Amino acid sequence: MLENAWIIPLIPAASFLLILFFGKRLPRKGSEIGVAAVGLAFVLALVVNVQWFHHVDNAGERSGHSEEATDDGWFAYAPNTNVAVTSDGHELTRAELLELTNKVEPASEGEHESVAPVTKDWTWFENGDKDINIGMLIDGPAVMMLFVVTLVSLLVHVYSTDYVAGDPRYTHFFAFLSLFTASMLGLIMAKSTLQLIVMWELVGVCSFVLIGHWWEEKPNSDAAVKAFITNRVGDIGLLCGVTILYWSAGQTFDILEINTLAVNGGISSTALTVAAFALLAAVMSKSGQFILHTWLPDAMAGPTPVSALIHAATMVVAGIFMVGRLYGVFFQGFDIGISTVNALAIVGGITVLGGAGLAFVQNDIKKVLAYSTVSQLGYMVMALGVGAWTAAFFHLFTHAFFKACLFLGSGSVSHAVHSFDMKKDMGGLKKWMPQTFWTFMIATAALIGIIPLAGFWSKDEILAGASQLGGDGNYTIFMVVGLIGAFMTAAYMTRCVYLTFFGEYRGHGHPHESGPRITVPLWILAGLALIAGAANIPAWFPGQGSWELRFEHFYEPKGAYFPSALASFEVPEFDPKIAIISTIIGLSSIGLAYLYYWKDRGPHGATERYRIANAGYTVLANKYYFDRLYTDGIVAGVKGPVARAAYWINQNVLDGVVNGAATVAAATGRFVYNRIDQGVVDTIVDGSGSAAEGGGQVLRQLTSGKVQQYGALLFGATAIFAGVLIFVV
Amino acid sequence: MDDLMLNQFLLLGAVLFCIGVYGVLARRNAVMVLMSIELILNAVNINLITFGAQHGDIAGQVFALFVIAVAAAEVGVGLAIVLIIYRNRHSVDLNDVDAMKG
Amino acid sequence: MNNNQFLTDWGLTLMVFLPLAGALVMLLVPKEEEAAHKWIALLASLASAAFGIAIFADFDYDNSKSLQFVVDKRWIDVIHSRYLIGVDGLSLPLLALTLLVVPLCIIYSWNHLPEPRNAKAFLMLILVLHTGMLGTFVAQDLILFFVFFEVVLLPMYFLIGVWGGEQRQYASLKFFLYTLFGSALMIVSFLALFFVTGGETFSIAGLAERVASGDYDISHTTMLLIFGGMFMGFAIKVPMFPFHTWLPDAHTQAPTVGSVILAAILLKLGTYGFVRVALPILPEAAVSWAPWIGGLAVVGIIYGALACLAQTDMKRLIAFSSVAHMGFTMLAIATLTDFGLNAAVFGMVAHGLITGMLFFIAGSVKDRYHTLEIRRLGGLLVKAPRLGWIFGFTAMASLGLPGLAGFWGEFPAILSTYEPGAGLSEVLFRTYMVLAALGTVLAAGYLLWLFQRTAFGTPTAEFADTDVPDVQLPEWIAWTPMLLLIAVLGFFPNLVFGVTDDHMTSVAQSIAAAAGH
Repeated sequence: MLENAWIIPLIPAASFLLILFFGKRLPRKGSEIGVAAVGLAFVLALVVNVQWFHHVDNAGERSGHSEEATDDGWFAYAPNTNVAVTSDGHELTRAELLELTNKVEPASEGEHESVAPVTKDWTWFENGDKDINIGMLIDGPAVMMLFVVTLVSLLVHVYSTDYVAGDPRYTHFFAFLSLFTASMLGLIMAKSTLQLIVMWELVGVCSFVLIGHWWEEKPNSDAAVKAFITNRVGDIGLLCGVTILYWSAGQTFDILEINTLAVNGGISSTALTVAAFALLAAVMSKSGQFILHTWLPDAMAGPTPVSALIHAATMVVAGIFMVGRLYGVFFQGFDIGISTVNALAIVGGITVLGGAGLAFVQNDIKKVLAYSTVSQLGYMVMALGVGAWTAAFFHLFTHAFFKACLFLGSGSVSHAVHSFDMKKDMGGLKKWMPQTFWTFMIATAALIGIIPLAGFWSKDEILAGASQLGGDGNYTIFMVVGLIGAFMTAAYMTRCVYLTFFGEYRGHGHPHESGPRITVPLWILAGLALIAGAANIPAWFPGQGSWELRFEHFYEPKGAYFPSALASFEVPEFDPKIAIISTIIGLSSIGLAYLYYWKDRGPHGATERYRIANAGYTVLANKYYFDRLYTDGIVAGVKGPVARAAYWINQNVLDGVVNGAATVAAATGRFVYNRIDQGVVDTIVDGSGSAAEGGGQVLRQLTSGKVQQYGALLFGATAIFAGVLIFVV
Repeated sequence: MDDLMLNQFLLLGAVLFCIGVYGVLARRNAVMVLMSIELILNAVNINLITFGAQHGDIAGQVFALFVIAVAAAEVGVGLAIVLIIYRNRHSVDLNDVDAMKG
Repeated sequence: MNNNQFLTDWGLTLMVFLPLAGALVMLLVPKEEEAAHKWIALLASLASAAFGIAIFADFDYDNSKSLQFVVDKRWIDVIHSRYLIGVDGLSLPLLALTLLVVPLCIIYSWNHLPEPRNAKAFLMLILVLHTGMLGTFVAQDLILFFVFFEVVLLPMYFLIGVWGGEQRQYASLKFFLYTLFGSALMIVSFLALFFVTGGETFSIAGLAERVASGDYDISHTTMLLIFGGMFMGFAIKVPMFPFHTWLPDAHTQAPTVGSVILAAILLKLGTYGFVRVALPILPEAAVSWAPWIGGLAVVGIIYGALACLAQTDMKRLIAFSSVAHMGFTMLAIATLTDFGLNAAVFGMVAHGLITGMLFFIAGSVKDRYHTLEIRRLGGLLVKAPRLGWIFGFTAMASLGLPGLAGFWGEFPAILSTYEPGAGLSEVLFRTYMVLAALGTVLAAGYLLWLFQRTAFGTPTAEFADTDVPDVQLPEWIAWTPMLLLIAVLGFFPNLVFGVTDDHMTSVAQSIAAAAGH
């Protein structure tokens, strides 16, 4: 199955076409095809996972068969010169570097063993004697994502059959869910950066269509357009980054080759840095990082299952996945292993705090979750920025479950009260919707990072990474950022839970618990939020037996195409001090929020009393004015004055020249006609004409019709000729 | 034939020719014009015969015979035209016949 | 083999002139027989397409860089101009595009004849146009090329001038004179080329060989000037900024089918001319001109997009988007690399399909609403959902969505700009690259904005009760092949790249060789 994993994306792709063309005629309007297809994909993904575990565990054995077992000093990496040198000192050629990918190294130290990815290539098109390939790349992260995407997608499909029931575009909704799943699966298996771009944009367009699902309302279509265009801005970076890598890696789109060359010094460090910055722009837009995050909260205009699947669990992590996929480029481009601060970590850090801050002031439950997503994505980017690859992907893994659970829970709530407004239409729902309440609470606890839920383990690993990795002095500042973020997360989630489930019910009508097709997915996700942390239990804990760091073991890539081959790449150790501190911070934050909301203590009404608090609130309520800047500043500017100016130039300058030329030509023509043609030339012509006519008038007198006159002329003329003949000749 | 005789014959021809020209140009009656044309032709005939006799060449008489034949035909056609003009206009006055005026 | 011999000798000629023959037959049929005219026109174009398909089937794709089905006959001995035609990897995709689009246009006209109707004249003009376009793509002799190139002008002039909108006379005259102006400079260049190479041949290959041989001692300035003349001729046709102003007027005023043919094929004559004539014959001058061409192309991309954002008329917006899209094609050509030239040809085909489709849609919207003012439209998806979705699909293709045809004209163009051909400044072209990438954002901006305003939301009060029919049968027949191709080419770009690649590689190599000395 590992070799044939490429079938998995094709299943939902086929389902998309089937639903689109035949869905309306089916008894369940096409949803059955979607559920079946994604279910099948999920089963296959499980098979792939199991086989991959075998593949990893047997990698050592197979390397024993390899004859290429070489000594440790086969090549030595020198971080500052960026050139890989063999032990006898000669620089490796490109071809030799690429050989490294296929070489299976023996597991000498455990950490540095390599596991060959399973790949497949097909020629996509030819260009200048070069074949551009499309392919499949199955390795740890791809396998992990296969599991996450198919699972969440399956649950969302089931959930949607109830949630979207009765919608006029029910069929169309399932068609695009299928297309999205197919594109996302294609993205995670992409072997070439070109393929990555294609899938990247396809998930974007699915997101566009699904955000704008209820396009009759202008705000919804506005949100869809905004999402798409913001992502396009980031795509400039993606296009440029891929282009730079294509040329600097010697005309290849192959991710393995690019990574191998980047890790082992086959690409100049300047090119890597520029490419990494360009790609960072793409990450910022797709994964909602500051300052291109503004589309993500607006994207909540789409149906809630879409928010859960696309805008929380899967599509928005495409940016994280891309960084992890091209980690060689980022690791070397930003010198992650040896620096103490870099662009990736900064962007992530700002997003952690900025997103969490905005989550405080939202009244829309989905917006709270959206900003929470922004903030958590910031954690992942920050983790990648400090070099904690596994921590980032582990957090991606756990976050997918508890955030999907939260979103689906919020959908369940809104299904009952027909609104997303926490302050106006919710409150006290604990009593009415116990299942939703409990799953929501579990997922919230996981998000805040209460031991032993999923979020605790992954967040803690990020913090440990920030405190231990990097050059001298480590990325300590980002650990502090992470701790502050944890504090804020706990506070805004407590507020959200309070407003939704506690206090008095403020809405109308009688809310009721949702049906099984909604609650069962919630419980499954909540269960995963409970236990997913076990996937990577640190070795420090006693009694976990052989379960230590399984996630890292199976899913972290090992080989020459991943920076783990470098001396500067390390894996953080579990640190009980940090774990205790972050737990204390989280609990104290919950405590403070508890006092504030439940016991009504603390500075209520501060925004009215203190100007600074008020100013802060205004800034937050206006979302740091980013939207104002983008919508009213840049977009309105380009669409308004700039576009109009360009058009004015077109009509008045460029077209003016053309029309001017025409006018001048016409004027010249008139002048020539009136003066020269009619004046001079025509006079001459007219003159000759009238001369001819005059002559004619004279001569016509001769033709009198009188025969005798003719005769006289005849004789006269003859006489004259005769005279001439006689006298002259 | 000596030179004196030659001059007299040529003189006769010239006189006949002049009378004929006068008649063609001055007479208004179409029949008279036709007759004047006959005079001109006959003046030519006299000249032809005279020079033929002078040079001892028979060709002059042969040409004269041709001219007589042509003149007969011409008078035939001419009189027919005149007859038709008369029928249409009840006049043979050439001044009235100017349909060819440009 | 006999069959193939016939095809080799006569196939191309028949393909080119069958539409003209059809037009002559129509001349004999009285004007009132509308149905007969439609059938004759359709059959003539299909017969031509049949020969085209036979040629594509018989084409040797392993040898696509050399001319095939060559016919070389005496034509105008006095100036050594010959009837020299043939196809290679460059002509093939464009021929296929032409042979596809024109019959579809005729089918579309079945129930969309613009006022003042007169099917006979309308369809005859289209057939004449067809012959002109096909001829341009197969001509290998400059005089022949020029004749076909100009044959196209007159029918289009009449199509716009007779069946056009309110300002048709202004638009048609502007189109005619502007392009004629370019052609005049172009023919001067052709003649100059003929004389500086000793006045022996007008064949493109022959001229290229003579210029490359160095036997004729042509100064660099002369080459630059000759290239300049050709540049004017082709750039106006493309149209490149700042010679594009005839385009929006012509498009806005032209009848739907006229716009489609204009966008889908006529514009390609210009870009095709660059790749077919200008680059192979004068590679050295091309290297000197390339930075300027690239610069104008990039300005065109940004500028066209900005102008789009300022439009209030749907058709005019699409017209300006052509300026931006052809900018990508010209930028790709200006890189003078194999990847760039491949991208250019792909861009031509993709733009032909996509923008042609957009004009079809605009025409259908106009038929239904009798206006194209964006402000007054809205809720197309409510009124005519299928038409709305087709519009959305095409708009997505137009903004260069990967997986659809438009992407393969755009991204490879950007990619090749990073590493331009020999003798070109990398810094300059990399700046172009970033600007062109910015253009893709603007493209997304104006297309989505257009789509949002016309298709999303609810219909305006004015049209709330108007009965708007959804896509009808002739429209389905005319559009389905184009929509399918847009998707198929997006997933299998090799259908075009595989054909053009060998030819473009050899062109790029010869340019690189010429830039070397």
